[in-house]
Amino acid sequence: MSQRTPLYDFHIERGAKMVEFAGWDMPVSYPLGLMGEHKATREGVTLFDVSHMAQVELRGADAAEKLEALVPSAITTLPEGKARYTFFTNENGGILDDLIVSNAGDHLYLVSNAGRADHDLPYLKAVFGEDMTHRSDLGLVALQGPGAEALLAPICPEAAELSFMETTTASIDGVPVRISRLGYTGEDGFEISMPADQAEALARKFVDAGAEPAGLGARDSLRMEAGLCLYGQDIDESTSPIEAGLTWAIQKRRREKGGFPGHGRISRELAEGPARRMVGILPDGRAPARAHTEVTAPDGTRIGEVTSGGFAPTLGAPISIAYVDAGFAEPGTEVALIVRGKPLPGRVTALPFVKQNYKR
Amino acid sequence: MALYYTEDHEWLDVDGDIATIGITAHAAEQLGEVVFVELKDAGESFEQGDEIGVVESVKAASEIYAPVTGEIMEANEALADTPANVNESPESDAWFYKIKIADAGELEKLMDEAAYKDLIA
Repeated sequence: MSQRTPLYDFHIERGAKMVEFAGWDMPVSYPLGLMGEHKATREGVTLFDVSHMAQVELRGADAAEKLEALVPSAITTLPEGKARYTFFTNENGGILDDLIVSNAGDHLYLVSNAGRADHDLPYLKAVFGEDMTHRSDLGLVALQGPGAEALLAPICPEAAELSFMETTTASIDGVPVRISRLGYTGEDGFEISMPADQAEALARKFVDAGAEPAGLGARDSLRMEAGLCLYGQDIDESTSPIEAGLTWAIQKRRREKGGFPGHGRISRELAEGPARRMVGILPDGRAPARAHTEVTAPDGTRIGEVTSGGFAPTLGAPISIAYVDAGFAEPGTEVALIVRGKPLPGRVTALPFVKQNYKR
Repeated sequence: MALYYTEDHEWLDVDGDIATIGITAHAAEQLGEVVFVELKDAGESFEQGDEIGVVESVKAASEIYAPVTGEIMEANEALADTPANVNESPESDAWFYKIKIADAGELEKLMDEAAYKDLIA
């Protein structure tokens, strides 16, 4: 039996098509449909239920130092009120999960993937013990799109004050919330954490104020267009952050001094370059090349594999994210995608496919 | 003219030995928004159950199977440029093929409209 988020009834009432995702009953789309929900996010504002994600608090004077032993990003120097994208690495320099860490003043606030909660929660518990709390009593929604600020400003003025990757506490209708200016769609937007028993009332308020509910289907096409990795698909225990183009998330001090699992491979790949790289591929024609599609050179030699692929509603064309041998990673390189046994020509392109629209 | 349906959610509108075929409104609804249709060319022959095309939606790829043995007389080439038409009018404009039926006996094992409605109810 799948778990239900605090917004389950809200989804059903709105006619959502529900699917099992990472052990949760989640809306994949509403009657508007993936394309409409996708477009509403790029042009207006949408509401995503992301309550399935794991919300964790880490406390203790040395919480940042302890977390730095697990991730390659700088946490001790993360200013209060700022959030940062990072990932747990393993001893081989692979990725155990990706997550957002926020400095909430007296604690660190983490949001990580539902599909990796079975790994992340015991992993953090073993290091932090009583200083680690899984806040399963909280709900989490994302308001995403260029209209998000205008929707929130009248009901939560603090939201409009935030820049991209900033976080604060506030109150909406007397409900205590944590509001962070970030998301996973490539658009400006906010994630709002609140007590689970208030989530439905706030979700209704956001929808009444003009947010269109959107499901996991649109979330996936939006993040693909924005070139954002999905754990378990584009990144996993075998892929290094350098291969995945996540070098920007490893700050200078951490690159040089290490002190996190897998520093050996990561520093070697930083110095010599990785053997393969994540790239975008624009297939010619209209046929989508989905995950696990083989990528070859024009002469038929295998050079990699698609990890995410589908149709990009903003472009009106198919897109794929793939790992290819480093020699084929230059934008403009011609490749072939083997779809149903036939080679379809395509071209390597820089990620993201659609320009990110963050409020810096 | 007679309408037949398959368990793969295809419809056949039979007129003499020619069948116009497509996917049902129910199938189109289940697939989600269609973004790509790949069809074979006129002149190709196939056996009942052979894969004769692909429909891709925003969610996934689905094969089209030959409902009866025959030969493609005409493929609806307009679908290549307007795949969304499969969602808009799956049981009329967005037909896939007109095929020449090789063995009318195969039609007897297909469903009529009432039986198909029971299947998807």
